[in-house]
Amino acid sequence: MTDTQARDPQPPSTELSQPIAREPRGVAQARSLFDRAILRQAIIEAFKKFDPRVQIKNPVMFVVLIGTVVSLIEAIVHPGLFAWSITAWLFGTVVFANFAEAMAEGRGKAQADTLRKMRAETEARRLDPQGTEERVPASSLTKGDLVVCEAGDLIPSDGDIIEGIASVDESAITGESAPVIRESGGDRSAVTGGTKVLSDRIVVKITAERGNTFIDRMISLVEGASRQKTPNEIALTILLAVLTIVFLPVVVVLEPFGHYAGAGVSVVVLVALLVCLIPTTIGALLSAIGIAGMDRLVQRNVLAMSGRAVEAAGDVQTLLLDKTGTITLGNRMASAFYPVGGHSEEELAAAAQLSSLADETPEGRSIVVLAKERFNIRERDLGPDHTFVPFTAQTRMSGLDVDHRQIRKGAAEAVKRWVAEQGGTPPSELDAIVERVARAGSTPLAVAEGGDVLGVVELKDVVKQGIRERFDAMRQMGIRTVMITGDNPLTAAAIAEEAGVDDYLAEATPEAKMALIRSEQEGGKLVAMTGDGTNDAPALAQADVGVAMNTGTTAAKEAGNMVDLDSNPTKLIDIVEIGKQLLITRGALTTFSISNDVAKYFAIIPALFVTTYPQLHALNIMRLHSPQSAVLSAVIFNALVIIALIPLALRGVRFKAASSSAILRRNVLIYGIGGLITPFIFIKAIDLILVALHWY
Amino acid sequence: MGFFWTIVALVVVLGLSWRYLGSYLAAVFDGRVHFLGPIERGIYRVVGVDPDREQSWQRYAASLVVFSAISIALTYLIFRIQGSLPLNPQHLGAVPPALSFNTASSFVTNTNWQNYAGETTMSYFSQIAALTTQQFVTPAVGIAVAIALVRGFSRHGASTIGNFWVDITRCLLYVLIPIAFCFGIIFVAQGGVQTLAGPVTIHDHLNGVSQTIPRGPIAFMEAIKQLGTNGGGFLNANSAAPFENPTGLTNFLSIYLVLVLPFSLTYTFGKMVNSVRHGAALLAAMVIIFGCWVGYTSYAEHQGNPAVAAAGVHQSTGNTEGKEVRFGDTSSALFGVASTSTSTGSADASYDSFTPIGGMGLMSGMMLGEVTPGGDGSGLYTILVFAIVAVFIGGLMIGRTPEFLGKKIQAREIKLAGLASLVMPLTVLVLTAIAVSLHAGRAGPLNAGPHGFSEILYALTSQGNNNGSAFGGLSGNTAFYNIVGAIDMLVGRFAIIIPALALGGALAQKQPVPASVGTFRTDTPMFVGLTIGVILIIGGLTFFPAVSLGPIVEQLSHHRFF
Amino acid sequence: MLILLRRSVVFAVVMMAGTLVYAFIGTGVAQLFFKNQANGSITANGSTLIGQNWKSPAFFHGRPDDAGPYATNLAKHIPGGDNPLVANGVPGASGGTNLGPRSKVLLDNTKALVAYWHAMGVNPTPDLVTTSASGYDPDISPADATAEIPMVAKATGIAPATLASLINKETHGPELGFLGASYIDVLQLNEALVALEHR
Repeated sequence: MTDTQARDPQPPSTELSQPIAREPRGVAQARSLFDRAILRQAIIEAFKKFDPRVQIKNPVMFVVLIGTVVSLIEAIVHPGLFAWSITAWLFGTVVFANFAEAMAEGRGKAQADTLRKMRAETEARRLDPQGTEERVPASSLTKGDLVVCEAGDLIPSDGDIIEGIASVDESAITGESAPVIRESGGDRSAVTGGTKVLSDRIVVKITAERGNTFIDRMISLVEGASRQKTPNEIALTILLAVLTIVFLPVVVVLEPFGHYAGAGVSVVVLVALLVCLIPTTIGALLSAIGIAGMDRLVQRNVLAMSGRAVEAAGDVQTLLLDKTGTITLGNRMASAFYPVGGHSEEELAAAAQLSSLADETPEGRSIVVLAKERFNIRERDLGPDHTFVPFTAQTRMSGLDVDHRQIRKGAAEAVKRWVAEQGGTPPSELDAIVERVARAGSTPLAVAEGGDVLGVVELKDVVKQGIRERFDAMRQMGIRTVMITGDNPLTAAAIAEEAGVDDYLAEATPEAKMALIRSEQEGGKLVAMTGDGTNDAPALAQADVGVAMNTGTTAAKEAGNMVDLDSNPTKLIDIVEIGKQLLITRGALTTFSISNDVAKYFAIIPALFVTTYPQLHALNIMRLHSPQSAVLSAVIFNALVIIALIPLALRGVRFKAASSSAILRRNVLIYGIGGLITPFIFIKAIDLILVALHWY
Repeated sequence: MGFFWTIVALVVVLGLSWRYLGSYLAAVFDGRVHFLGPIERGIYRVVGVDPDREQSWQRYAASLVVFSAISIALTYLIFRIQGSLPLNPQHLGAVPPALSFNTASSFVTNTNWQNYAGETTMSYFSQIAALTTQQFVTPAVGIAVAIALVRGFSRHGASTIGNFWVDITRCLLYVLIPIAFCFGIIFVAQGGVQTLAGPVTIHDHLNGVSQTIPRGPIAFMEAIKQLGTNGGGFLNANSAAPFENPTGLTNFLSIYLVLVLPFSLTYTFGKMVNSVRHGAALLAAMVIIFGCWVGYTSYAEHQGNPAVAAAGVHQSTGNTEGKEVRFGDTSSALFGVASTSTSTGSADASYDSFTPIGGMGLMSGMMLGEVTPGGDGSGLYTILVFAIVAVFIGGLMIGRTPEFLGKKIQAREIKLAGLASLVMPLTVLVLTAIAVSLHAGRAGPLNAGPHGFSEILYALTSQGNNNGSAFGGLSGNTAFYNIVGAIDMLVGRFAIIIPALALGGALAQKQPVPASVGTFRTDTPMFVGLTIGVILIIGGLTFFPAVSLGPIVEQLSHHRFF
Repeated sequence: MLILLRRSVVFAVVMMAGTLVYAFIGTGVAQLFFKNQANGSITANGSTLIGQNWKSPAFFHGRPDDAGPYATNLAKHIPGGDNPLVANGVPGASGGTNLGPRSKVLLDNTKALVAYWHAMGVNPTPDLVTTSASGYDPDISPADATAEIPMVAKATGIAPATLASLINKETHGPELGFLGASYIDVLQLNEALVALEHR
């Protein structure tokens, strides 16, 4: 696991209550890096990949393969321990490269197998237009079909609920055991094939074509089957090809140069030199890095629909974050009582608690708890003569009628109106208190009994712990965070201040959100956002990285280029970090690979010509035993370094949010300077071992 | 001590020029300089150019290539018919075809490789109308390409990168001609020859010998020869000849002229992209590498000549073989590094007789692709190519898809930058391999063993980088070297110019990404270091094996490196 | 394309015409203001900027050339020696020997030159046993001239101290005090030497 694991203690915002904290865990469970089964499979795959049609896709390794063949021919024609050793290690180099890729793919494949199990053939109860049911295999469903699912049924394919409400077990795709509620209409109507209905009956309209369901796409994504090279990967491949093409003549011309000097140059040594010089390390690990990057996302329960999106995530300059669930805990909590009109605080607390007894919302419960904590007012059993007044959009109040007492709590305006209707007059200080509470970013809740306002309960939006540090880190990386909220500007500003975001969009409408994305993009910035509702779809599509919540609508999921199975908006920050880590790993290994060349030169060049020009021994600064042991040591190092770096490629280099220059300095130091020095040490060590083994 | 003050003086005059000439150059190419307006407009009218109409990179490149081809043809023609042309006091006949082709290619590519001795081959007309003309035009072309590439960075969403004809006309009228003319006067005042009268024969009454001394319109050619990073001298001995470079002062001014435009153009770049810091970053990369070459070449030349030591003569004045008394060892080394690191290739000493390490210092400047600071314009556009590669690797290492001055570096840019940085080493190494493999090539070197190899390698490196300096021992005036050299020079020039222009075109179209703290900073010491790293890796790693068979082996033959 | 061709030809011709004008105006200015320099700094006995071969030990000698009396390679032993038009045995071309520092030929030549100077009674300095880049270096360093004093003193009978002070008088410092090296123009030195003898 990397150190960028989600540090978010907050459960995802699904409808049902959730356990408080848990590790992100999904289909893609974190596996041990060298899982035995994957290892075995990868070794087999490594040999299967010798198919030239596979090899040619990687120009660097293709050159190594050709070199191996040339060396093999030479070893057959002029047999000798040296020629065969070199050939064997060159062959090993190709195997190791294949192995690295197979390892990365293997991890994905193992995940895909888990997914495939639940795609096992299910039966669907299709409704024909007359409304009669027929049982058909799920695989025969097409877009637009209607199917019925009842408790215990597997939902046969992706679709939207058009009728009914049900609790659904989505653990198959999210790894989350708690069931979620799905209902027709609104933003919670999408269901995924392979998930199980636990209660009730729903009618689902199929939205996916055959073979293109969410699970199908997921399988091909994690397997790497639909993996296409991303733009940056293509650019890097070109650069590596250029470096390979440059070194080709550098090595080939040594034959005539040596001839001019009167030195016979062995073909095997030339091939060895070529393989050592071209960037085999990064060439071998490049695709593994890409696959592993996707894999890391999957481990976080995020499905990227394209590798391009992962790369874009690294470049994101503006993050649009929903306030609720991402920045704040999502539920407002009562934090203070402000009595008015000469009432005591306790009086207010008691009335507020009473009115909230039947209020099962988190806010209501928090009032009960606060009253108990502050004044030790216990929950009372109400007599039979009471009526709860539920909250409605019209009254914007809730309350309780008991023993001729009428208690109401709600928005200040609504309560004032109600008090006026009751013939009372709201006290003059009420407005000031309401204003002050709102300015602090909290929600004021007025409490009144009959014609008398008792006071105001402050409902505070609780900013998540640690989020401020997270945003500071983002800022260091040059990422602007923008909080999106439906709150009024006053409240929004206070929370933005507390959470430490750079900007906020208050009273946000989907249109405002869209406009904000457009204006950021016009300045050339890349924007990432999360969304779940159908009305978020255009913005998700417009954003460079649009992360749809799995609980969201099909439209939202279609529009975004990633889906978060946990539906946890904080994940966006992780996604950005994973994107950066992917790019850094590529850059670091490229630098490392090229820096290694210096040591290899000092091993091989003196070895090549020392018989003709004995003075070149001065360049043998590692004091390697003999020309042959020098060349062999360099080749062995070159091959082994691939194996040694597989874990790094799969895990990604360590990434800590910091300023760009700090990151650069660190990586240049480790992979540039380190890459310069490391091979000197290891080539010498291998040489010593070869000598000790009497190989030479 | 004298050398120390020479360096101090050079730093001061170049520093001032960097700031003010650099800024002036930006004004010239932004069209804000008009003092020769009537002449400028006259040229546009005669040539039929609408100065307000800009060109796409393809049209820009097409104009450049066709114009260069015509220039080669006309130059060739003049050489072939010089016997029937005026200004030929020595009655020199036509230049042979292969040599004419080599020389025409050489001067049109700003190389100025000379397989001939000027005073006995070229008429005054050829020297002026063919050679000096190209010495004016080719630096203008190089600078125009650099400016076009810089416009790629400074423009947003644009489809054009300037007008080739306008750019070179302005460069000539407002930069090259005025500066060259002023320095021409100084050169004459110091003793440079400038006459259209032919050679003079003098009888020395003291000594009793007669001398026939060649003369010609030398001094004013000398000024543009250096300013334009051309390097092709009127006389065979080039800047070692007292008529070209009479005093220590002219030697210093030559070094200044050679370096001034390539260095100043980095300021121009900074100014045009609205970030002088970026220009300073490129300057720093150039100066650091250049400083290293100057340091170790001067040190090596100060060590004396092994042959003289072996003959039992005590040396306290450094390696004097092939050096002029009035310049001395270290100033000659400085001149040599300035000349070979700028694609100039003029010589005030015999480079072939430099110590092996000193000679390698000269070669290194070229092998790194002539970017420290490189030729007029060519230095800037080539180092920008390297910078793009550096940005790509560096950008990845901070976790961003790379961008340079707000322009995203993607597959297309890397492809073009790769192509441009690939061409030179590829051409030079392959042609050197051909030369050492064929009898015709092996016949060239004067010296035996590794030094002979160095002579061939030097020749093809010099031509591939459009430098033009030589280890003079190589007999280059053969059909083989004339033709191979011409190919080397043409490829080395145009196969980099065209991708550079395409880069300009590709970048100009892009909309910039705004910088943030997370952006990879391309104006910091760290970036300077990365750029140097890329230059050293592409140049160093590609040429290390070849160099180890030439100068390194030669130097190590007495079992120590210095 | 045709327009482009026409434009290129016209532009190239305009450039040539422009360069001719540049060279003519330059020549005019040079001949008007710096006539002596522009014509080659000619004195009665040669150019002060072109070295020549001084045969007699009664004169200070310049630096050796690959040709001429110091030449060790007899094939290049061309009468006239330092005449630039026959320098290096290649008629007409100026230039150095281009011998590399590890060259066997260079070592042999240097040894022969050392022997030559020793025969003349001179303990040579490096300048006197190495050839210049132009092949006709007009200058020697004060140290070189001092080394030649025994030879000149013996041939002319002038006291070494007088010669030393003559050398001192003829020494040009570096330009502006720091550019280049101190040097003595051999032609001027010998003209001064003759003047001294005739006094």
